[in-house]
Amino acid sequence: MAEVRLSSVTKRFRQTLALDSVDLTVPDGAFFVLLGPTGAGKTTTLRLIAGLDRPDAGTITIGGRDVVGETPAQRDVAMVFQQYSLYPHMSVRDNLAFPLRSPILRTPEDMVAAKVAEVAETLRITHKLDNKATELSGGEMQRVSIGRALVRDPAIYLMDEPLSSLDAKLRSELRVELKRIHASLGATLLYVTHDQTEAMTMASHVGVLDEGRLVQVGTPREIYENPVSVAVAARLGLPRINTLPAALFGSAPSNATTIGLRPEHIAEGEGREASVVRVEHLGDQTRLHLQLDGHDIVTLTDVHTPLRGGETIAIAPRDPLYFDAEGRRIA
Amino acid sequence: MAEIVIKNLRKEFGDFTAVQSSSFTIGDGEFFMLLGPSGCGKTTTLRMIAGLEIPTAGEILIDGEDVAQRPARDRDIAFVFQMFALYPHMIVRRNFAYPLVSLGLCRREANARVDEVARILDIADILNRPVGGLSGGDRQRVALGRAIVRDPKAFLMDEPLGALDAEFRERMAEELRALHDRMGATTVYVTHDQLEAMQMGDKIVVMNHGVVEQFGEPQDIYDKPATMFVADFIGSPAMNFLPFSGHVEPGATRADLGVATVAIPRQHEAAAGDLVLGVRPEHVRLSDSGALRGEVLASEYLGTTQIVSLETAHGPLKARVPSTETLRAGEPVGLEFTASTLTLFEAESGRALRSDLNAEVLHG
Repeated sequence: MAEVRLSSVTKRFRQTLALDSVDLTVPDGAFFVLLGPTGAGKTTTLRLIAGLDRPDAGTITIGGRDVVGETPAQRDVAMVFQQYSLYPHMSVRDNLAFPLRSPILRTPEDMVAAKVAEVAETLRITHKLDNKATELSGGEMQRVSIGRALVRDPAIYLMDEPLSSLDAKLRSELRVELKRIHASLGATLLYVTHDQTEAMTMASHVGVLDEGRLVQVGTPREIYENPVSVAVAARLGLPRINTLPAALFGSAPSNATTIGLRPEHIAEGEGREASVVRVEHLGDQTRLHLQLDGHDIVTLTDVHTPLRGGETIAIAPRDPLYFDAEGRRIA
Repeated sequence: MAEIVIKNLRKEFGDFTAVQSSSFTIGDGEFFMLLGPSGCGKTTTLRMIAGLEIPTAGEILIDGEDVAQRPARDRDIAFVFQMFALYPHMIVRRNFAYPLVSLGLCRREANARVDEVARILDIADILNRPVGGLSGGDRQRVALGRAIVRDPKAFLMDEPLGALDAEFRERMAEELRALHDRMGATTVYVTHDQLEAMQMGDKIVVMNHGVVEQFGEPQDIYDKPATMFVADFIGSPAMNFLPFSGHVEPGATRADLGVATVAIPRQHEAAAGDLVLGVRPEHVRLSDSGALRGEVLASEYLGTTQIVSLETAHGPLKARVPSTETLRAGEPVGLEFTASTLTLFEAESGRALRSDLNAEVLHG
């Protein structure tokens, strides 16, 4: 395993600036999640590290070695794609063994068998080893394609939204599993996603990408509690943070234009009167959709609240975040 | 708008029974969810309401009139499909107007309706654009508009948001619900997504293997599941099940799990043998004094709360606790449950036992 470092990496596709002078360090042993919306530059970053694309400027090092001139095979990385790419005519066992049997690695067969058995155990697919790849469910196929990366012992694992094509239950299962696998292998992992739950629950480090720029790096907790901008604040947290005119609840820092209030950071029973538009019972939480001076506000309330649409409730900010006209955090 | 009553509805396809014997009532103006995994019979039920399938037995009353054996065109309801079925070569306005013209409306009337619907959906600016070039969201709005424009007795929707990505789906779900609140139209909506059902529905029917497992308001179904299937299907993470072998009597307020006794809502019926204690993750507290013990496997940070995975003598368990509590993997902890929220089930049938918690909802 190894540290991966990008310095001033820039990449253009014709007129589009995909990555704008990105500096990024994935520490040895980290579970680093790159989070951002479609088009932010997440997949481009992965492809540059993997060697599938070349940067226009900047350097990329893996374990201290400059790899920009190297082929993908020389870089010693393992990649998992969003779409499982298995050989349909092979058994699960042969699919898993395939990377080890590559002419470059020349692994002895008994070691191949041992490694395949170990990975199958980790991914809980031992009972499917002799099935053909096409006889698996979607979740099993994706586990096999993750397994194909795991049989190797690369400098870094690169994963591009590997869970996005799975259903919600399976995703939450595999989230826990991936985190466990990461811990037990002590591997370095760079994981790309637009799903904030994946970033929050799995990452040791989160990097937030926005329009080709890396805008914040930190632990999930640091980013959730201390976002540097309104864009980052809106990226983490469900329901989304409320962004309102700074003076809606009275005094605000002088250069603030926006107040950011997480749904759980709204006190009830004091402050200004808001009207209840709708009460949403989700089981484990109840959301109030409120209106105040024409602004929509969502807040969490007591699960069995007696409130109904049409009533009013007094609300006040608790732990507010303030942003200036450019969206930068100022308090 | 209309009330729809379903009575003992049944549908067989050859040897296969898709819907066993469903009965429920969709109130006038309700946003009503048919929820279940694929193959549970929810779409078949919807198609029978629409008249796209003729039931093998049973009644479908729309405003008191049995329409079960009538063709779709005589039912005055509008169907919105999962894949937006639009005319790709027509502009948006023509897509809207087409159903009206085929109903025999004159052009002036049709145009007035189209403008009204475009205003409701806030898409007046794209009326003259071809459907082909529209974004997914706008196409979805046009598909809805085509249903609304006829001013039918009820709307039927088959996973209309199923093809959208998560973030966008959340936004469309809110939009759809807000639209419903403005129009107050009876809507029957099929989904396999429990969160979507909880979020949008006034009432939910949960189906499994062609059988209605439970019918009621979202919060009641969440708090007072009638079966283990419902308890597991609704909520994320799902309800924890702690299997144990023992017995309870009417009036009992404690259950003996073997390693510990747990306070439960006062029971209304007797049961013995293989039982299951059901507890929602947010009703588990980690405390040193808890009689039931567990070991922390992992925790998932979610902002204000975290989900803690634990191993106990009764199997794996998940707890939702404030993220201010720090926990280490391997750490032993005690567990306490909020007694008034617990449900006991019979393991074999999966049926919930009646208690002070759920008696009102389960009634026999």
